[in-house]
Amino acid sequence: MEKFRLSDVSLWYNDFKALKDITMDIAANEVTAFIGPSGCGKSTLLKSLNRMNDLVEGCRITGSIQLDGQDIYKDPNINGLRKRVGMVFQKPNPFPMSIYDNIAFGPRTHGVKSRLMLDDLVEKALRDAAVWEETKDRLKKSALSLSGGQQQRLCIARALAVEPQVLLMDEPTSALDPISTSKIEELVTQLKERYTIVIVTHNMQQATRISDKTAFFLLGELVEYGKTEQVFSLPRDKRCEDYITGRFG
Amino acid sequence: MKQKITDTLLQVATWLAAALTFGALFFLIAYILARGIPHIRPSLFALHYNTQNVSLLPALITTVLTVVLSLAVAVPLGLFTAIYLVEYAKRGNCLVALVRMTAETLSGIPSIVYGLFGMLFFVTWLGWGFSILAGTFTLAIMILPLILRTAEESLKAVPDAYREGAFGLGAGRLRTVFRIVLPAAAPGILAGVILAVGRIVGETAALIYTAGTVAQIPESLMASGRTLSVHMYALSSEGLYTGQAYATAVVLLVLVAGINTLSAALAKKIGEG
Repeated sequence: MEKFRLSDVSLWYNDFKALKDITMDIAANEVTAFIGPSGCGKSTLLKSLNRMNDLVEGCRITGSIQLDGQDIYKDPNINGLRKRVGMVFQKPNPFPMSIYDNIAFGPRTHGVKSRLMLDDLVEKALRDAAVWEETKDRLKKSALSLSGGQQQRLCIARALAVEPQVLLMDEPTSALDPISTSKIEELVTQLKERYTIVIVTHNMQQATRISDKTAFFLLGELVEYGKTEQVFSLPRDKRCEDYITGRFG
Repeated sequence: MKQKITDTLLQVATWLAAALTFGALFFLIAYILARGIPHIRPSLFALHYNTQNVSLLPALITTVLTVVLSLAVAVPLGLFTAIYLVEYAKRGNCLVALVRMTAETLSGIPSIVYGLFGMLFFVTWLGWGFSILAGTFTLAIMILPLILRTAEESLKAVPDAYREGAFGLGAGRLRTVFRIVLPAAAPGILAGVILAVGRIVGETAALIYTAGTVAQIPESLMASGRTLSVHMYALSSEGLYTGQAYATAVVLLVLVAGINTLSAALAKKIGEG
């Protein structure tokens, strides 16, 4: 089952063509990893999936990106799209407010007012993101008092609290220590049962550990895309093989 | 050896600078207190001013009124302009450059020029006369660049990661600005407001020609009134009530210290929130 269907997606930052005719399907309830050297367009493509690129001035996109058969660039309801397609960023970015308010911000944005419902949503989101045990006694404390790894799981919980269908993760562990990283990887593996996950990573091992499919990008082109075992063991493209084996990048 | 001498010299120099700064401040405050406190007596706080009691209470009330009204005009205007400049305007927009340049120019103008403008425009042309209203609007224009600049800087200092986080959850721009960006910028904005309060309280030149120098509690916004600083200026320039002028200075000091403490506490509370 395809969640996203991209056809001929090209993207420009002013005159610079950052993505070149990307055509690919992203399957539901799987983890899809985007890999490639810096500046290859993987983060740009990820941000196109929930239209975060709209915030960048001079950004222009052509082709079509369909989510469940609907072209997301033809639907004016961007906030509704971002509710369905949540995002976790490279650096943990909790808001400077309490843990509770961080998680409740999303549901409140989408109209949940009842205290009881919010309490439930907050607990559920924190449990799903495996950070409940560490935070349950300090929900009123500032989220900035948490460690980096806890903050990132809090951000995952915050994204989950609006009950999205897709979770986009932009190098979510690049700012974290190995233990926090393994916790988040474990979490991703659990979450894919209920969510479609697209993850950008610089870490080859991470891609092999957690992803079902891998897409390799180079200079804005989708060079290779397939099942992760196949991409890593028998890459069809020489450039992909060179990158994976560490010959460049 | 040479290194050591330079070290010691530098250390002495920094100590000396710190001592001098503190000493000057301490001397100033001690001097005002010493000269002023003996003249503080209940009659200074009489409801009505006359030449017998030289009451400062009307001036105190006028000061508070002027501060509140000027802020009520300037803070929303400055803050919303800053929000527009930082959050809504496109980069490289001509209007942004123009507003910024205007604000920079305005903040460099001496206050007496504001006084002259206020007198010509509000007092004469609009026919408001010497009034609290004319004074308030003149001061509001005077502090507007300050509020605008500090608010703009504080909004710019809010990390884009917060905005991305909020947009990523499906929050619109309005909600992002008011729920995420503004609270994060509040301490900085408040610091600007405190500076503005300081300028209003300390202002005389811009007020003498717009709000006048009537020493009674103003009956309406269209009535004239003098703030504590103007009151002090009037007393000391008349030369008859120097002691009472010092007493007024003591009250002014306490008022400013009180406002600053209150605002600092407020900023801390918002910052933690």
